[in-house]
Amino acid sequence: MQRIGIDVGGTNTDAVLLEDGRVVHAVKTPTTADITGGIVAALGRLARHPAVAGGAIEAVIIGTTHFVNAVVQRRGLTKVAALRIGLPTGASLPPFCDWPADLARLVEGAVFMLEGGHEYDGRELMPFDDEGVREAARQIRAGGLRSVAIASVFSPLDGAHEERARAIVREEGGGGVAVTLSRDLGRIGLLERENAALLNAALADLACTTIAGFRAAIAKSGIAAPLYLTQNDGTVMSAEAAMALPVMSFASGATNSMRGAAFLSGVSDAMVIDVGGTSTDVGELRRGFPREANAVVEIGEVRTLFRMPDLLSIGLGGGSIVQREPLRVGPESVGYRLPQAALVFGGRTLTATDAAVAAGIVDIGDKAKAAAVPRELAQAVLDRARENIEDAIDRMKTEAGDVKLIAVGGGAFLVPDRLAGVSEVIRVAHGDCANAVGAAIAQISGETDQVYRDMGREAAIAAAKAQARQRAIAAGADPASLVTVDVEDMPLAYLRGDALRVRVRVAGDLKSPAA
Amino acid sequence: MPAAISAEDIECLAVGAWILGTGGGGSPYLGLLNMRRLYAAGHRVVLMSPFDLADDDRVAVVSNMGAPLVGQERLTDSRSIARAVQMQEEYCGVKFRAVMPLEIGGGNGVQPLMAAAHLALPVVDADLMGRAYPEAQMTSAAVGGLAPDPCALYDPRGIEAFVTKVPSWKWMERTSRKICVEMGSIASTCKAPRSGREVKDWGIHFTVSKAIDIGRRVREAQRRHEDPVAAVIDEGGGKLLFRGKVVDVARRTTEGFLRGRCVIDGLDEDRGSRLELAFQNEWVVAWKDAAPLAMSPDLICVLDTVAGSAFGTETIRYGMRASVVAMPAPPVFLTPKGLEHVGPRAFGYDLDFRSVFEAR
Repeated sequence: MQRIGIDVGGTNTDAVLLEDGRVVHAVKTPTTADITGGIVAALGRLARHPAVAGGAIEAVIIGTTHFVNAVVQRRGLTKVAALRIGLPTGASLPPFCDWPADLARLVEGAVFMLEGGHEYDGRELMPFDDEGVREAARQIRAGGLRSVAIASVFSPLDGAHEERARAIVREEGGGGVAVTLSRDLGRIGLLERENAALLNAALADLACTTIAGFRAAIAKSGIAAPLYLTQNDGTVMSAEAAMALPVMSFASGATNSMRGAAFLSGVSDAMVIDVGGTSTDVGELRRGFPREANAVVEIGEVRTLFRMPDLLSIGLGGGSIVQREPLRVGPESVGYRLPQAALVFGGRTLTATDAAVAAGIVDIGDKAKAAAVPRELAQAVLDRARENIEDAIDRMKTEAGDVKLIAVGGGAFLVPDRLAGVSEVIRVAHGDCANAVGAAIAQISGETDQVYRDMGREAAIAAAKAQARQRAIAAGADPASLVTVDVEDMPLAYLRGDALRVRVRVAGDLKSPAA
Repeated sequence: MPAAISAEDIECLAVGAWILGTGGGGSPYLGLLNMRRLYAAGHRVVLMSPFDLADDDRVAVVSNMGAPLVGQERLTDSRSIARAVQMQEEYCGVKFRAVMPLEIGGGNGVQPLMAAAHLALPVVDADLMGRAYPEAQMTSAAVGGLAPDPCALYDPRGIEAFVTKVPSWKWMERTSRKICVEMGSIASTCKAPRSGREVKDWGIHFTVSKAIDIGRRVREAQRRHEDPVAAVIDEGGGKLLFRGKVVDVARRTTEGFLRGRCVIDGLDEDRGSRLELAFQNEWVVAWKDAAPLAMSPDLICVLDTVAGSAFGTETIRYGMRASVVAMPAPPVFLTPKGLEHVGPRAFGYDLDFRSVFEAR
């Protein structure tokens, strides 16, 4: 049984072939502007390996930072119509009110605020404004807007007004209008849930073209397996689901890299450092999963409630530009131009990679071309890198004492074997493709979200857990590996009999046929 | 002399008020957003010392009343609280000299600034709780036996209500709470007007600047990558009670309150221990391994171990890493009369108050 994991990053597209829990082959190719070309190239190189030929590929799983990068770099975004249902409450805080100005300018197509929504106890806050929504839908169509985000007050408790608005927008807008409902993305907290819906709606076009590109690339490579994308919590979603909810993949790059590091090292509790070309991420693994950030997470300076790994990013990588007097290493980087710009590749920019080659700790490019770098300077650069890494690790620690450190990523050679506060630096084969490995081992999840009555909180949660487990097992998860990822319960005071809405999510490894 | 409140002061106030909210009062974030928009539109607010009030000045005491969870969905409109103040002026036939917060803790620490911006009035540097509390009789004004009525309640759907006459603060609580629940467990309120003399005698003074100072220390510590929890403890004269990870939260919205409990398993030096917190909008009692550790009126603040910012009872959730800190209660609540109003028995816990700050 074989699975292919692919990581589509800003600089490189990595692909790995996993067979029965073992990395058979890994390749690294440059990411191309059209995305597809890089994947085709990676799959082509993977297919040339003898072990691959003839194997039945069971799934292709792609992890990508493409969507979150689009938000952070403000590119490829679609203009969005925001439809808020909840007047007369919140009128002084309209949609986009806490967005950074540059992103709002790109995304804000139109804002409509209408009466409606619900109370915490299930009563209607105001009656649904059918005619108002219809008029808004007409204006959205007249304005040529193709993507709509709808958020109503207390929709996680009762989404009826969002659903009615969606039906009207589709009726009036004709086919092809993309609609995001906030209730599909979130929990209590109107502004943050609405922000997630707005970001998702802004990615509607990019998600369609990108995922179509993924599919085309796989088809071109002659692979018939189904396509999955990884989501923030390290589990997979179908390509169709990802097209509708691209924001669910926002943190998958970091999650994959950390889960890949855990898989490759066999260590489930450790600090992970992922050194790339431009930046270095430090995070902490706990029982094989990244430690999550507390509370509110900002994406491209927009406040959301996504569950994301707690990461510290510093401007250090293999492509970091070295400046002398005073000595500076990064945060500026030659980035994807490393293969041309660095001294060892015949370029003219002194980078952290050149210093490492000059110091003799790694053999990259033409060693002779680094000979001009003075020995003391090379050492000073490596010392500076070490200090920055030690500081980052210390800041990510939640407890005193030394930790194990798994070093992955293409620039992992910048991590020395001895570091303050670190008991052991673990390096792994294929560590430079940890992201793709993490995608290949992504888990299966099962989720349930329903109202239980007359059974008490403990019993209701237990019943929900059992159902979520059943769904995960039915989807192919190994029962022994299932863990509860998320439990949330909300009392519904307006219903008789101690009604409780319970949402449970469990995740586990894909069950292998041999087991 | 009134002092200008800068945009940076308001950012600090939002952080500090959330910490003094002891889990309740609702996140000040939405109030902060409203203030940013008001400042961007050219409004400015000034802060005045309570001792600059004339004895016969009238002061509007404002707060948003209700369950914090509801405030996350029914977003605060800055005009609502100003309308509640106007209702009180119309009903009593007075002109207010200034507005002040009922409670400095949580979003209600920012509410008077919104009213002040719309009505061009100064904000008094004082409140009636020194923190946040869930009920009307849990104020220094109630402990001081000041008049509990009238109280104005406003809902932006155009519902305006008054509780005009009650025999006690508890009746004010019961009747106004019923109206608030009908309004959807949230209402903008302007409480019984206070005279300048009453604010000077019974107000808890300089709490607005205290919240700003605590917030400033946290923001500085965050910028310098120092320990912001230690900064809170230092600025607020507090004590670290427990560090750990949230393993369970049960909450229910009843009678216009958010009630429930939260369990934290210890980390670091508290590994192996378990802290349980009971809340009624705010953290009320903390038990460590089943023994009472801290209780109202001492302030129990649950902070993000890394960022130093506060966790609210409506937003805290599984997996969060939390530091539990106690801060000393305002002295007015430590008298026998004060404890009757806000001691553990006032919340239904049969415990004798024992301060974290008593010598043991």
